[in-house]
Amino acid sequence: MYQFNYVRPKSLADAEALLAKADDPKLLAGGQTLIPTLKQRLAMPSDVIDIGSLKELAFIKVEGEAIMIGAGTKHFDVANSPDVKKHIPALAELAGMIGDPAVRHMGTIGGSIANNDPAADYPAACLALDAKIHTTKRLIAADEYFKGMFETALTDGEIIKEVTFPHPEKAAYMKFPNPASRYAMVGVFVAKGPWGVRVAVTGAGQNGVFRVKEMENALAKNWSPDAVASIKVPADGLLSDLHGSAEYRAHLVTVMAKRAVAAAG
Amino acid sequence: MSDLSEQGVGKPVRRKEDFRFITGNGHYTDDISRPHQTHGYFLRSPHAHAKIRSIDTKAVLAAPGVLAIFTGKDIAADKLGGLICGWTVHSKDGSAMKVGPHPVLALDTVRYVGDHVALVVAETHEEAKSAAELIEVDYEELPAIVSLADCEKPGAPQVHPEAPHNICFEWELGNKAETEAAFARATKVVKIDLVNNRLIPNAMEPRAAIGEYDKGTGGYTLHTTSQNPHVARLVLSAFVGVAPEHKLRVIAPDVGGGFGSKIFIYAEETACVWAAAKVGRPIKWTAERSESFMSDAHGRDHLSHAELALDANGKILGLRVKTIANLGAYLSTFSAAVPTYLYGTLLSGQYDIPAIYVEVDGVYTHTAPVDAYRGAGRPEATFLIERIVETAARETGLDPAEFRRRNFIRAFPHQTPVIMNYDAGNYDASLDKAMEIADVKGFAVRKAEAARRGKLRGLGYSTYIEACGIAPSAAVGSLGAGVGLWESAEVRVNPTGNVEVLTGSHSHGQGHETTFAQLVSSRLGIPIDQIEIVHGDTDKVQFGMGTYGSRSGAVGMSAIVKALDKVEAKAKKIAAHLMEAAVEDVVFQEGRFTVQGTDKSLAWAEVTLAAYTAHGFPSSEIEPGLKETSFYDPSNFTFPAGCHICEVEIDPETGVLDIANFVAVDDFGTIINPMIVEGQVHGGIAQGVGQALLELGVYDNDSGQLVTGSFMDYCMPRADNVPSFRLGFTKTECPSNPLGMKGCGEAGAIASPPAIINAITDALGIRDIEMPATPARIWKAIQSSRPRAAAE
Ligand SMILES: Cc1cc2nc3c(=O)[nH]c(=O)nc-3n(C[C@H](O)[C@H](O)[C@H](O)COP(=O)(O)OP(=O)(O)OC[C@H]3O[C@@H](n4cnc5c(N)ncnc54)[C@H](O)[C@@H]3O)c2cc1C
Repeated sequence: MYQFNYVRPKSLADAEALLAKADDPKLLAGGQTLIPTLKQRLAMPSDVIDIGSLKELAFIKVEGEAIMIGAGTKHFDVANSPDVKKHIPALAELAGMIGDPAVRHMGTIGGSIANNDPAADYPAACLALDAKIHTTKRLIAADEYFKGMFETALTDGEIIKEVTFPHPEKAAYMKFPNPASRYAMVGVFVAKGPWGVRVAVTGAGQNGVFRVKEMENALAKNWSPDAVASIKVPADGLLSDLHGSAEYRAHLVTVMAKRAVAAAG
Repeated sequence: MSDLSEQGVGKPVRRKEDFRFITGNGHYTDDISRPHQTHGYFLRSPHAHAKIRSIDTKAVLAAPGVLAIFTGKDIAADKLGGLICGWTVHSKDGSAMKVGPHPVLALDTVRYVGDHVALVVAETHEEAKSAAELIEVDYEELPAIVSLADCEKPGAPQVHPEAPHNICFEWELGNKAETEAAFARATKVVKIDLVNNRLIPNAMEPRAAIGEYDKGTGGYTLHTTSQNPHVARLVLSAFVGVAPEHKLRVIAPDVGGGFGSKIFIYAEETACVWAAAKVGRPIKWTAERSESFMSDAHGRDHLSHAELALDANGKILGLRVKTIANLGAYLSTFSAAVPTYLYGTLLSGQYDIPAIYVEVDGVYTHTAPVDAYRGAGRPEATFLIERIVETAARETGLDPAEFRRRNFIRAFPHQTPVIMNYDAGNYDASLDKAMEIADVKGFAVRKAEAARRGKLRGLGYSTYIEACGIAPSAAVGSLGAGVGLWESAEVRVNPTGNVEVLTGSHSHGQGHETTFAQLVSSRLGIPIDQIEIVHGDTDKVQFGMGTYGSRSGAVGMSAIVKALDKVEAKAKKIAAHLMEAAVEDVVFQEGRFTVQGTDKSLAWAEVTLAAYTAHGFPSSEIEPGLKETSFYDPSNFTFPAGCHICEVEIDPETGVLDIANFVAVDDFGTIINPMIVEGQVHGGIAQGVGQALLELGVYDNDSGQLVTGSFMDYCMPRADNVPSFRLGFTKTECPSNPLGMKGCGEAGAIASPPAIINAITDALGIRDIEMPATPARIWKAIQSSRPRAAAE
């Protein structure tokens, strides 16, 4: 690790002020992505602003027909929240599939979607559930938020505060893990709610999470595994690496979508 | 008083050493800090192949905390030798293998990503690492070759000028003419091409070293993660020339797994101990995991073509094999022996094969050195023979078990055409038992049931043999080894009757502190907590050869037995004197010396105390003290053998595989501690599952970069990748050592990969699938076999 200033703000407002002031700051939440990056000397921030213990960012609330999850909420807490389990069990299951117990006890939803790893799980849930990302500056719809591999709509000095997930009527997530990293090689989140039907795919796309409109249209007409069973996504634009070719990933998108619909009931 | 009957040979005694390991009280090299210790960091090559035009180190010395920087030039100026390969293999034409020099730090050329360029020494690890970034190396990048298939081709980039076409040796074994004749007689020839995938060892504890120098005595001390500290000292002294042997103490304290990768003498510990004298302070280095990936010796990495000649009854007439074995960029300590004498000699498997001819090209590539890794040569041999035998069975329409039985060796000793002389075994017994445990009879029903659920089920066998207990010194000497492969033991009996056993074996996960103590307990009738197993320190222990090749039981414990024989003989002499009896009349049993036919007897501790008080000994006949040493040289290899049966179930839609059942029946001869043996088998199979399904070391063909440089891409087996194993044992005693032991440490890794691949190819109805058979590869195999199936 290179040297940096470590600061632990007492409030979100403090954190914002520190962010604005520092040369080249980095927020630290659960550290599950940032710390390895620092250890490998792949980042050289001037200041690390640790928002990991801010109570005001760690919460799960049900309001009306939606669940609000604070950006600092750990994967473990989402996986085990009675509210999440009750209203969006697919989201609890997704959180329970991230990494290993140590990662789940440290990593946060805010850190995950701020990082927007193309193989991360949460982005699929955000997109399929039409989540809203609340930041210190604005409210961003999931469709507008994920911009590409490791790219988001966040601007300098912007902190994610919470993510709002409206309750779906039906939803399920099917993850095909990369055998080595166990991140998603293909993860498909299907959901049906007042916002319509959505199918979001993570792990497969060269530009990160994406929606499969053809599947969404088919499912809107006929919510059944068969509706998507023969819909193929093009292999072009999908990731290809030693763990799986673009063709394999394309094939898995169909299989995981079909299984997700079946699981959603 | 502990119950001795529960502690001796054959009992599942809990491991004595685990308390300190699982409570964080182990002393691994990185746990140790020496006074005034500094930290070393190695600058490594970012290129697979490049000339070093110049190295500018000026900025480094000015950096915070930096004490020194060393490059290859400094080492050369000090006239230090390079790293060596301790086994010389000869080519068909009689010429010795072509060895490219292996400098401790690169001189003018780097030959793989991770090759050592400079050592920076600073007050802290972080300072050393930061300073290393300031080194300016002017590289002239050169084309690199990492592909095994292409490295011998004309025009391929050359790794060493000494080895044209990158060929280190073109070795052969067996009888070519007889083999050709066998093929000429054959009614059927079965051919197969195989890849034995490159593996990266990944012991839990990364390699580490602390080198130090004592100005007062002129002595050096090296703490290092070694499986064989005396061999390390010998190499560092006699070949590298760091210090004479008597001025170099090598300590391998608790070591967290080796699997072969810690046999070898590497650049890092060499540079640390050498530089410690220059800096005047101890230098510690602990590998980061990415350094382990880059610079620990890798394993396997073969390309083979094999052909099996059969007669009309499915009897094997001959086997011929051509293998290209990757040695990496430099020869490592034993690398030349692994794809030759540890591989070609096992190609007869459990079968009576009248003629065998094997050719192995050992080749250089711009990749990390390749050397022994759990099994070392025998997994490659077993994979080849068990894959081709299974294929032959299928292609002759014979049941794979029946095909094997038609060819089993049944009379012992059996001389194979490839050096080995099998001393004992019963291959039908292990096959029968494995088939029973695996319920092979019920397989058809399970397969049909799986098919109803849309799943593909397959069954695969591996009836393996391997060679352990390496080895008679004369035999390995005649085959090119630079060392003898005996083992030593010293049994020190203290006046109060407790015992220290100094062994030349080294424990780094095997549980010697328990199993060796069980042996001593059985012999001397004292509880295991009164027996200390001392190992891993050249200042304490007499010269020993160390632990690898599952040799510690068969060779290391045999040395202890021999030393115990001497202890017992002397103790009897003392007891006879004390009881005023003839020594022939004294019997030693369950910790008591008794004069036969009388009620005279003495306890063990009475005799041991007398050995040291020595009152009234007739000094011409009995020396005081009770301490004996033995150097045991085995008379043959040992031949563990058995049968693994794997049953898999595959989801054709995704290619995901589930190991539905895994049975291993092994004949390890005498078993000292069944619990530890089962643990060794479990661990071995886990690594076999890793090789068969998950692990692959990959270098990029164009850039020569290591693609699988972290656990994000290199897939190690996790608990949920392995099933609950069902184990069984059969027993034929090994006639060549006093305990009848064969060795169990590697069998799991040796036997399991072909059983798994045979099960997959059976399930899919295909001829071959490359390891690791990942879901992606299985899916692809299904896709490409489908059109064929549809056409049929
Ligand atoms: C072994 C391992 C396995 C893993 N497996 C998976 C997996 O299977 N699936 C998966 O999805 N993920 C996986 N992860 C990643 C894990 O989920 C991380 O926790 C997550 O990606 C980052 O969250 P964090 O809280 O640790 O963020 P940090 O590492 O602290 O930060 C990550 C980035 O987000 C920024 N950031 C953090 N919080 C905010 C905020 N509130 N607003 C704006 N920016 C912010 C930081 O500045 C930083 O750039 C794994 C990680 C590890 C180490």
